[in-house]
Amino acid sequence: MAERMGFFTDTSVCIGCKACEVACKEWNRVPDDGFVFRATSYDNTGALGANTWRHVAFIEPDRPVTGDGLDGWLMASDVCKHCTEAGCLDVCPTGALFRTEFGTVVVQADVCNGCGYCVPACPFGVIDRREGDGRAFKCTLCYDRLRGGLEPACAKACPTDSIQFGPLDELRERAEARLDRLHREGRSNARLYGEDPGDGVGGAGAFFLLLDEPEVYGLPPDPVVPTRDLPRMWRWAAAAAATLATVTTLAVLGRR
Amino acid sequence: MAECHPVGFQWVMEAKARGATVFHIDPRYTRTSAMADVHLPIRAGSDIVLLGALINHVLSGGHEFREYVLTYTNAAHLVSEDFRDTEDLDGLFSGFDPDGRTYDPASWAYAHRSDAPPPGEVGGASGAGRGREHAETAEAETYGSGGAAADAAPATDPTLTHPRCVFQVLKRHFARYTPELVERACGIPRAEFARLADTIVACSGRDRTTAWVYSVGWTQHTAGAQFIRAAAILQLLLGNIGRPGGGILALRGHASIQGSTDIPTLFNILPGYLPMPHAGRHEDLDAYLASAGPDTGFWGRKRAYLVSLLKAWWGEHATAGNDFCFGHLPRLTGDHGHYATVLGQIDGTVKGYFVIGENPAVGSSGGRAQRFGLANLDWLVVRDLTLVETATFWKDGPEIATGEMRTEEIGTEVFFLPAASHVEKEGTFTNTQRLLQWREKAVDPPGDCRSDLWFFYHLGKRVKARMTGDEIDRPVRELAWDYPEEGPHAEPSAAAVLREIGGIGPDGRALDSYTELRDDGSTRCGCWIYCGCYAGEVNRPARREPRGGADPWIAPDWGWAWPANRRILYNRASADPDGRPWSPAKALVWWDAAAGRWTGRDVPDCEPDKPPGHRPPSGARAEQALSGTDPFIMQADGKGWLYAPFGLADGPLPTHYEPHESPVANPLYGVQANPARVVYPRPDSPYNPPRSPRFPYVLTTYRLTEHHTAGGMSRPLPYLAELQPELFCEVSPELAAERGLVNGGWATIVTSRTAIEARVLVTERMRPLRIEGRTVHQVGLPYHWGWGGDGLVTGDVANDLLPLALDPNVYIQESKAATCDIIPGRRPAGPALRELVRRYREDGDG
Amino acid sequence: MVPEAEFRSYHGQPILKRPVWHEPHMPLYLYLGGVSGASSTLAAAARATGRDRLALATRLAAALSGAAGSALLVAELGRPERFLNMLRVIKPTSPMSLGSWILALQGGLTAAAAGSAVTGLLPAAGDLAGAAAAVTGPLMATYTAVLVSDTAVPAWHEARRELPFLFAGGALAGAGALAMLTVPRAEAGPARAVAAAGAAIELAAEHAITHRLGIVAEPYTTGSAGRLLRAARLLAAAGGALAPLAGRHRVLTTASALALTAGAICTRFAVLRAGRASAADPRYTVVPQRKRIYGTLEMP
Ligand SMILES: Nc1nc2c(c(=O)[nH]1)N[C@H]1C(S)=C(S)[C@@H](COP(=O)(O)OP(=O)(O)OC[C@H]3O[C@@H](n4cnc5c(=O)[nH]c(N)nc54)[C@H](O)[C@@H]3O)O[C@H]1N2
Ligand SMILES: Nc1nc2c(c(=O)[nH]1)N[C@H]1C(S)=C(S)[C@@H](COP(=O)(O)OP(=O)(O)OC[C@H]3O[C@@H](n4cnc5c(=O)[nH]c(N)nc54)[C@H](O)[C@@H]3O)O[C@H]1N2
Ligand code: SF4
Ligand code: SF4
Ligand code: SF4
Ligand code: SF4
Ligand code: SF4
Ligand SMILES: [Mo]
Repeated sequence: MAERMGFFTDTSVCIGCKACEVACKEWNRVPDDGFVFRATSYDNTGALGANTWRHVAFIEPDRPVTGDGLDGWLMASDVCKHCTEAGCLDVCPTGALFRTEFGTVVVQADVCNGCGYCVPACPFGVIDRREGDGRAFKCTLCYDRLRGGLEPACAKACPTDSIQFGPLDELRERAEARLDRLHREGRSNARLYGEDPGDGVGGAGAFFLLLDEPEVYGLPPDPVVPTRDLPRMWRWAAAAAATLATVTTLAVLGRR
Repeated sequence: MAECHPVGFQWVMEAKARGATVFHIDPRYTRTSAMADVHLPIRAGSDIVLLGALINHVLSGGHEFREYVLTYTNAAHLVSEDFRDTEDLDGLFSGFDPDGRTYDPASWAYAHRSDAPPPGEVGGASGAGRGREHAETAEAETYGSGGAAADAAPATDPTLTHPRCVFQVLKRHFARYTPELVERACGIPRAEFARLADTIVACSGRDRTTAWVYSVGWTQHTAGAQFIRAAAILQLLLGNIGRPGGGILALRGHASIQGSTDIPTLFNILPGYLPMPHAGRHEDLDAYLASAGPDTGFWGRKRAYLVSLLKAWWGEHATAGNDFCFGHLPRLTGDHGHYATVLGQIDGTVKGYFVIGENPAVGSSGGRAQRFGLANLDWLVVRDLTLVETATFWKDGPEIATGEMRTEEIGTEVFFLPAASHVEKEGTFTNTQRLLQWREKAVDPPGDCRSDLWFFYHLGKRVKARMTGDEIDRPVRELAWDYPEEGPHAEPSAAAVLREIGGIGPDGRALDSYTELRDDGSTRCGCWIYCGCYAGEVNRPARREPRGGADPWIAPDWGWAWPANRRILYNRASADPDGRPWSPAKALVWWDAAAGRWTGRDVPDCEPDKPPGHRPPSGARAEQALSGTDPFIMQADGKGWLYAPFGLADGPLPTHYEPHESPVANPLYGVQANPARVVYPRPDSPYNPPRSPRFPYVLTTYRLTEHHTAGGMSRPLPYLAELQPELFCEVSPELAAERGLVNGGWATIVTSRTAIEARVLVTERMRPLRIEGRTVHQVGLPYHWGWGGDGLVTGDVANDLLPLALDPNVYIQESKAATCDIIPGRRPAGPALRELVRRYREDGDG
Repeated sequence: MVPEAEFRSYHGQPILKRPVWHEPHMPLYLYLGGVSGASSTLAAAARATGRDRLALATRLAAALSGAAGSALLVAELGRPERFLNMLRVIKPTSPMSLGSWILALQGGLTAAAAGSAVTGLLPAAGDLAGAAAAVTGPLMATYTAVLVSDTAVPAWHEARRELPFLFAGGALAGAGALAMLTVPRAEAGPARAVAAAGAAIELAAEHAITHRLGIVAEPYTTGSAGRLLRAARLLAAAGGALAPLAGRHRVLTTASALALTAGAICTRFAVLRAGRASAADPRYTVVPQRKRIYGTLEMP
């Protein structure tokens, strides 16, 4: 297995140019997401989905912007988290979703039967089934490019290095250093998201530096991979199954 | 900058990471503001007040970089006794002719040094009475890199105390530009202004430099050129020109838009900023050269530049005996700018029209006038990548919908010729930083698409083939029109064209530098400032060493910058008068006394062996007239001009005028708007009256990262179109409340020209401003949509709202500040639309 | 109910993806799978106690509902032609993978048992299959609860304890109701008992869901899910109460059986809709998660 590769997306330097979104679609030949004016700031693709694997969020200021430029209008490029414990991968019944040698989570389109189970299993709401096609799609972390020794298309296109690609351990160090610097500059609102291997998904392979609460960016505050509770769920199901069997047995044992 | 130059913006981010403080001055809070340390919301069109107040802050606080200012600028020059300032004449400079709405610049001249020989004619013609001519022939822009001719021997006062020295004139002129005025006129609070003023002063001087970056937020105004002048004055006073990290950086627009002024598609200049000859006044070469700019400074070699150009164009036919075919050049008769041409179409004086890589039916101000012009042509050729609106207006334009045009009645014969895109052909781009970069062809153009080079070359060949022996055909018949052809479609070699532009010597070899150009016809050069781009028979723009070459910092082997691969112009000013860097941190070029040469990281922008102590002999010509301390080598006097004694159509100093359409009165002068601005008052070019209660809001237009200009290259692309699928306007919550506008709903925006509809985006990023004690709302409108073409998304044309009001120097339209009304809901369709506008106009006039 | 605290979101948009599963496929599959599971269990018990009419009817019910459920499942796939990819792997972390195997076994066993019963061929093998289907049956009826709970959908994941009982109860009620309708009243005693008990279990589980889940219970009580669930409750209560009396009259049998069936089906539609609604409103994602981290919505 090669080194685990991932993304550190530093939203404090994201200029919302959406080059990442477009580069991803160009490289991966992802279809467009429809032409709908959403009146949600400069965001008209809305969210990650089967047809948008990088998504740039725009968070309008909720009060008049003052002379300070910083933090007035937040922009952040979201992507599949390539979770250490990935809900989508855990529940996939066909093995279409698999973990690559880079530690990333990828759908094999030729295996996916479109059961749709991965969709609600993702605690980040990333993967989705494509209308008309029936299969599930999401960021592959440019598996094909990685195998060819290239960096992912989105990171390559990002002009400000908001998207940093590299070995996960290295990225975590860089992120800590960046966070320290921002804190020293008095930007106490800066925080890392998804970098902690102790979190509910065992740490994300794509993590973020945010300037506000995660939910403001459309991210869950405390995501947990649903399969964490699986053994207990089976135990409750077994109890229910036993109840069903017992009730049935009692019913036939009763008076004729 | 983050919006329109996101790739360049990475360097701003880099600077920030190294500790730079970034200010963003813009009516709107944009993606750029979000990355800036400070955002200053400014009322569109009021920047001269802000810049003027900064100049005043520097001058009144004694913050100028004295040594730099004294030696490198014209601060010490004395101005003529006849000069009267706007402060004296309530908003006019001396020399204004109210009938022609033009200036005669004679009174703005320097006072001549009493011991020097007489100055001769300024600009070659007698200064007096030239105003009208000057404006009519669009001559202001023709100074280009040469600058205007000016007295090279003015009287000076090195103590800078003489009441008529430029320094004192400046002080008086800007004295009323105060922080209070900034607050009143721009809507920027005093504390914010102080923060800006303190920062730029602290970040200028020997050890530090400040850069100003601008683009069309400053230029698209009826006083646009003066906005830039104001910034130039500020930067000269602070010693920020010609030095690393300094400058006023014009971020350019279209790919190779810099190239399109260097080797111009403009009507009034020839390649290398040589002026276009004028009919009647420039019968022969000598008459032309006499008025084509100064004889001192490097511009003094203009004869060599022009003769080499004529030799490139007419080859063997160009001889000393026939003025090198100077007579073959077309002549100007007046303003042939874009808007004058369009009105000529409406009037029937312009019959045919080539539109190459432009979409004026959507992209140009006064869209209705554009289309009425197109509809009145005999023939129209459109070359584009897609079927843009300019090629289809006759069947699906908005005027068909209103019933004002009927397809059957439009006589224009439209030829649409598909063009190859930038990836389907090779050639150069010249962009910001004057950098020429060669592009390879990635794929063959599909179908009938051909490069523009192919089109013009083969069109030229066919036209030439039809020329007769008639005298009138001679200029075309004799054109040197022979480039190697390649491939199945006989594509002319772009490299051969570049080589010719780069200059060829008597031995047939590519030239090294423009200093080798000769006026005897022995050299050929398509554009003197590009001379040397093929030196050593190497396609220098094609070099791609990112940080390589002699200096990783300068990266001299990344493309090729004109002139002479120099990365920072006027870099002689990066060293002190003695030739030593002002500080080690800002060292760029310096005088190496031991070697007796200028040296450094960049190519020195002066004669390499002229010592700092050199003083020119009296009566010297061209560069020989420059001293060792003159960094501005293209100027007649080698100085940076704080005050422009000649060369601008609207005054020697920047002055605040209100935009042509403004909701407020000029807070400074009785004169409301730039008196020399170009307007076309006629029924098909209506205007909103100033301070009209019917049009109470400021309208400003701009770009979005997601689209490109008139949209022909972005609306057809799904990955871009989906990102911004509809025309929208941005308004503040306060304006939304005032007008009942709802986020996500519709609004109709009205001016005297027309009304358009747009979706509404209510945002705190639009801030209502306090101007002169009352609230002024601004409506923001991107301009990328049109009704059709091959677009996947459509929308009304923002430009249909805008007036035909132009800057008098460069003829750029005022698309950044107009007035409008905004009402909730969609606009009426069909004839009812015209009815709505008619009612507004009647009310507005009443 | 405690008034909701202020919470913030991204333009009010969902954080999670709505489950993509369709109506009526998915709720009917849940119902049919449950009926198949409970029926095969009942069939084995009936066979073991010599109730052959009941055994035959429930074997048939188990086989047919299992087959119909499989058909719906295949139809639900985005790429139905790739149904067999389900059986490419056995994946313990995927309830759908295990469920597919359970479904395959259940389908095979119930088909064998029913085939033998109908044709009279290979009775021993038929009985063996029928007995085995008594093992797969209860799993068949409850694995679907694990299937939906093992998602990030708040209304499902938070109800992971109750859903197996809800589904088991509904399975019993549905299977009992079907048997009541298809078996002579005299022999349908166990069916009535099963149906009544199932309804009671269903009602208890519903009560637990709507009272234990805090804010996440809201999707079960509001909107169309709420309406469906209220209807389901009434139907289960009525059908369950009638069931013990149903031996007395055909009309009562029919009424009880239809009410129970309708109740079990409504419950499953309600579960799907509650799941969708809870995924669509970011509040159900954010509020519980923030409470989990900070004990409150506010920053500590
Ligand atoms: N994505 C993208 N990039 C582009 C283009 C494109 O269409 N799309 N076009 C290219 C071209 S052709 C050009 S010319 C450049 C233009 O690049 P820019 O000049 O950056 O483009 P604009 O958005 O037109 O205007 C810039 C800003 O000026 C502000 N502004 C308006 N009025 C005033 C004013 O009076 N004072 C001040 N200080 N600011 C004002 C506007 O709010 C806007 O934010 O971009 C080039 N790059
Ligand atoms: N309201 C408002 N109006 C403005 C501005 C503003 O800020 N506000 N900005 C102004 C500015 S700065 C500009 S530059 C103009 C731009 O306005 P236009 O130049 O009229 O508009 P573009 O859409 O850039 O048109 C360029 C066309 O060239 C085509 N093209 C691209 N490559 C080639 C090629 O190689 N060959 C040929 N033949 N065609 C090609 C494209 O498909 C496109 O249709 O808009 C101006 N108008
Ligand atoms: S973010 Fe969602 S889709 Fe991506 S790996 Fe994690 S669980 Fe799977
Ligand atoms: S939809 Fe495809 S990728 Fe998702 S769980 Fe089903 S088989 Fe796996
Ligand atoms: S890594 Fe590749 S697939 Fe993933 S978002 Fe970036 S460009 Fe798209
Ligand atoms: S490319 Fe980089 S800067 Fe641009 S939107 Fe994406 S992450 Fe932000
Ligand atoms: S479009 Fe081209 S020129 Fe413009 S920012 Fe992007 S890379 Fe630079
Ligand atoms: Mo432009």
